[in-house]
Amino acid sequence: MMLKALSECFGPCGCEEEVRKFIIEKVRPYADRMMVDMMGNLYVYKKGASSEKVLMLAAHMDEVGFIVSDITADGYLKFKTVGGIDSRVLVSKNVVVGEKRVHGVIALKAVHLQTADERKNAVRESGLRIDIGAKTADEAKQCVKIGDYATFDTSCMPFGEGRRIGKAFDDRAGCAVLCDVVREKDLPYDTYFCFTVQEEAGCRGAEIAANRICPTAALVIEGTTCSDVSDVPAAMEVTTLGGGAALSIADRGAYSDKTLTQKLYALAEENGIAVQYKRTTMGGNDLRSIQRSGNGVIGAAVSVPTRYLHSPASVISEKDFESVKEIAKLFVMQAEELI
Amino acid sequence: MKLKSELKKLSASVGVSGFEQELAKEIAALFAPYVDEVRIDALGSVIAHKRAEQPNAIKVMLDAHMDEIGLMVTEIDEKGFLKFTTVGGVDERILPSALVTVHGKQKLTGVIGVKPPHLQAPGEDKQSYTIKDLAIDIGLAPEAAKDMVRPGDFVSFAQKPHTLKNGFMSGKCMDNRAGVVAVLEAAKALSEEKIDADVYYVLSVQEEFSLGGAKTAAYGIGADVALVIDVTHAKTHDNKDGFDAGAGLSYSIGPNVSPIAEKWICKCAKKLDIPIFPEVDGGSTGTNAWSVQTVGTGVATAVISIPLKYMHTPTEVLNLEDVSRAGALAAAFVKKAAKSGREAQVIEL
Amino acid sequence: MELLKKLCAVTAPSGNEAPICALIQEALSGIADEVYTDAMGNLIAKKGSGGKKIMFAAHMDEIGVLVTFIEESGLVRFQNLGGLRLATMLGQRVRFLNGTIGCVQLTGGVEITKAKLTDFYIDIGAKDKAEAEKLVNIGDVAGFIADFIQTETAVMAKSLDNRVGCYVLLEALKRAQDTENEIYAVFTVQEELGLRGAGVAAHAINPDMAIALDVTATGDTPGAETMHVKLGGGAAIKIKDGGILSHPDVVAAMEQAAQKGDILTQREILLSGRTDVGVIHLTRDGIPSGAISVPMRYIHSPAEVAYKSDIEACIALTAKMMQKKS
Repeated sequence: MMLKALSECFGPCGCEEEVRKFIIEKVRPYADRMMVDMMGNLYVYKKGASSEKVLMLAAHMDEVGFIVSDITADGYLKFKTVGGIDSRVLVSKNVVVGEKRVHGVIALKAVHLQTADERKNAVRESGLRIDIGAKTADEAKQCVKIGDYATFDTSCMPFGEGRRIGKAFDDRAGCAVLCDVVREKDLPYDTYFCFTVQEEAGCRGAEIAANRICPTAALVIEGTTCSDVSDVPAAMEVTTLGGGAALSIADRGAYSDKTLTQKLYALAEENGIAVQYKRTTMGGNDLRSIQRSGNGVIGAAVSVPTRYLHSPASVISEKDFESVKEIAKLFVMQAEELI
Repeated sequence: MKLKSELKKLSASVGVSGFEQELAKEIAALFAPYVDEVRIDALGSVIAHKRAEQPNAIKVMLDAHMDEIGLMVTEIDEKGFLKFTTVGGVDERILPSALVTVHGKQKLTGVIGVKPPHLQAPGEDKQSYTIKDLAIDIGLAPEAAKDMVRPGDFVSFAQKPHTLKNGFMSGKCMDNRAGVVAVLEAAKALSEEKIDADVYYVLSVQEEFSLGGAKTAAYGIGADVALVIDVTHAKTHDNKDGFDAGAGLSYSIGPNVSPIAEKWICKCAKKLDIPIFPEVDGGSTGTNAWSVQTVGTGVATAVISIPLKYMHTPTEVLNLEDVSRAGALAAAFVKKAAKSGREAQVIEL
Repeated sequence: MELLKKLCAVTAPSGNEAPICALIQEALSGIADEVYTDAMGNLIAKKGSGGKKIMFAAHMDEIGVLVTFIEESGLVRFQNLGGLRLATMLGQRVRFLNGTIGCVQLTGGVEITKAKLTDFYIDIGAKDKAEAEKLVNIGDVAGFIADFIQTETAVMAKSLDNRVGCYVLLEALKRAQDTENEIYAVFTVQEELGLRGAGVAAHAINPDMAIALDVTATGDTPGAETMHVKLGGGAAIKIKDGGILSHPDVVAAMEQAAQKGDILTQREILLSGRTDVGVIHLTRDGIPSGAISVPMRYIHSPAEVAYKSDIEACIALTAKMMQKKS
């Protein structure tokens, strides 16, 4: 399954090469043209019936992760996070580090050795180390160097009923969607499928991608917050797992184009595709950069609801994933009505 | 040593963010002998251009911001004291009793007054002063003060640069006049060379406020590659995590820099035998590289930094050897980028 | 003032500017050579040609609320569009775009000083979810409502931020019909969400100079932070705010124009807060920019207060800047 492989790829923000290579091989047969820019964004271009309008679909390849900032004399790795991670989820997780994909664990002393205060207070990244089993700095340096990236080491697995658990669904789910939609034939407009970098650092890859393409309209495919979990009141759930593809109305980065969003919602319902609105104005995604690029872009965002995103184990519903795929296809194939 | 006198002079010059006009003229004149053209752009950045030998060459930008942190008058009170706010990231704890220059109708010496210890309530000295408690005294009666100074006038720190032992120098705004001098060193070194790149020396404005001057300059140039030269925290008695001032430069690693440009830095440093040390940031490097990297269709950006003690005070301390190293490394980087710059551009698959 | 009253009366929260855009378009008829909108919804009116290309930006959106959830009880949960002031929001009425009226209330037992946005809800008078959903849906937006009050000296209204800027721009454009410059009067969207609209307009226009028309805080109320600007002190010429250090040449041009036109001005240093030029001046290779602000008390409350004399000074100064020969 494409999603499993993509989820398991190593691609912390700033180090997306493995994801990019994987995608290039998958989409090559369907592309009229492909290029990679200086930051690492991958552009897959398909010629459409008309060049009058240009469409952009964007999913980001990067995931939250770590970067090694120092190696201690006793062989531990100091690190900083890339992208927003709640440092409380880090303790005793498995990670892989660097070009050699060395295994490691995020280390904290045993509970028995912690004072009452230490147990109560949140752990900070500066107090944690990655232990790769090295005894000295020299030994560690044989397989890891300062500036190497690291990510969670989690297998993607089926989970519960019709769900999957894994890391980096934000936004490998979006990448998987694009890898599928790119197979569509006879597109009405020239279309760029953009696999962007560095969304987690502030939607930076999409910024230059949009400047390069100058699209008329854009659809961002994301994994978004889903908080339909224990003890959260219904008003705060944001999205519902299994409730369908989540269309964004407005968030901290962008107010989606109202007409396009409403049309997509209606079209989804017409076609029997499960759809819901994302019910918060928090968060943000690449639309923030794309919408405000150049002279302005008509844009919307559709997401796979993702529980526990930015953690080593996030959860999505396969049905939602399929719904997002269908909506992305509608955007591409029915663009004449939508834009 | 020319570098030393240039840095000393530039440290004494004034260019608070948003008010760099005089400084820009001074800096433009420094670069003029070494380039084909110098201009000052819409926001006030100096752009000194050394033309390529061939048309359609790659465009390489060396950036150092020229602005400095300072203060701004917000109101003249009924006693003639000046209330003020900060321009850029000023540590409020350096303000009590600081000597300043108020740039009103003319330059006026001012002192940020404090309450004498004798009048303080017990325990009052346990708390830092906040900017609201402080005012600048310019020694003038209220009417005269209002005649000389208006809200919006800027204020600079007035401490003089000094030479310390072992090649160290102290003064205000070594952040980032040191970078300016390093770029100047590079411009001198390259002035007689034939280079297959359009080289732009950018001495940018408003870094301390918004990182905006370098961003707009990069856009104006259409830069393909950029090297940002700035300062970084050096080790001090109370900060063991920094770099050793005088022992070499730092170079940035992380999403904010191009891995290819970073490799060029390492190669050049090795060739020149300049000691460099990695500085890792998971996001922004906190330098102009953050705003420059995503200009247009992207700029392959690298950062080198000169270790600096007591950053954002009027007594910043650095080592001149590091400034000289930064200049040499920047010059080598330009040559490397001219040769290999196409590697950092868009690749068709 | 009739036009200002009409402008303030329209409900058009950020991202939903169509209603105010329609009214301004109407007001522009006969005073612009060309009127159009862009992909984000900015309304752009062009007047004159030759001389300098000058962009004036007044944001036409206002703060408001966006529905995120409807409770079984029919009460409506919402989040903010722009910077709501929780203390002045409590008990106020809001109007949805379809005309539905509701009132903003706070969960019982929560102290207002400790309240978070999520502690508030809107009662639209529906008995349950089903009835509520006939009136309001997720994603619907509402703005605050309040009467437009005039005294001899002042106006008090909701959304003076920034309908007064729109008013200043429209009135100035009327007075500067003889301009020899190329004027772009831009009514921007989504300013309250983080200056999101102005950048794309500036990118497309690429002006030689830009001036924002917005409001600024004052230092003349009890407990206010030290600030030079006061009501009645004239048009505020922005020197600095959280987003821009105004270009000295633009400041000088405005102060000269004011002096020549005998227009009362004061210098504005706003400690926090931003306006459209914060984004505009960093567009492309940099655009020398500044701002003319209407001094205003109680910004982002349903009772914003400004002086008529200051508004007039802003109009006069803006018109002079439009006419100014380079």
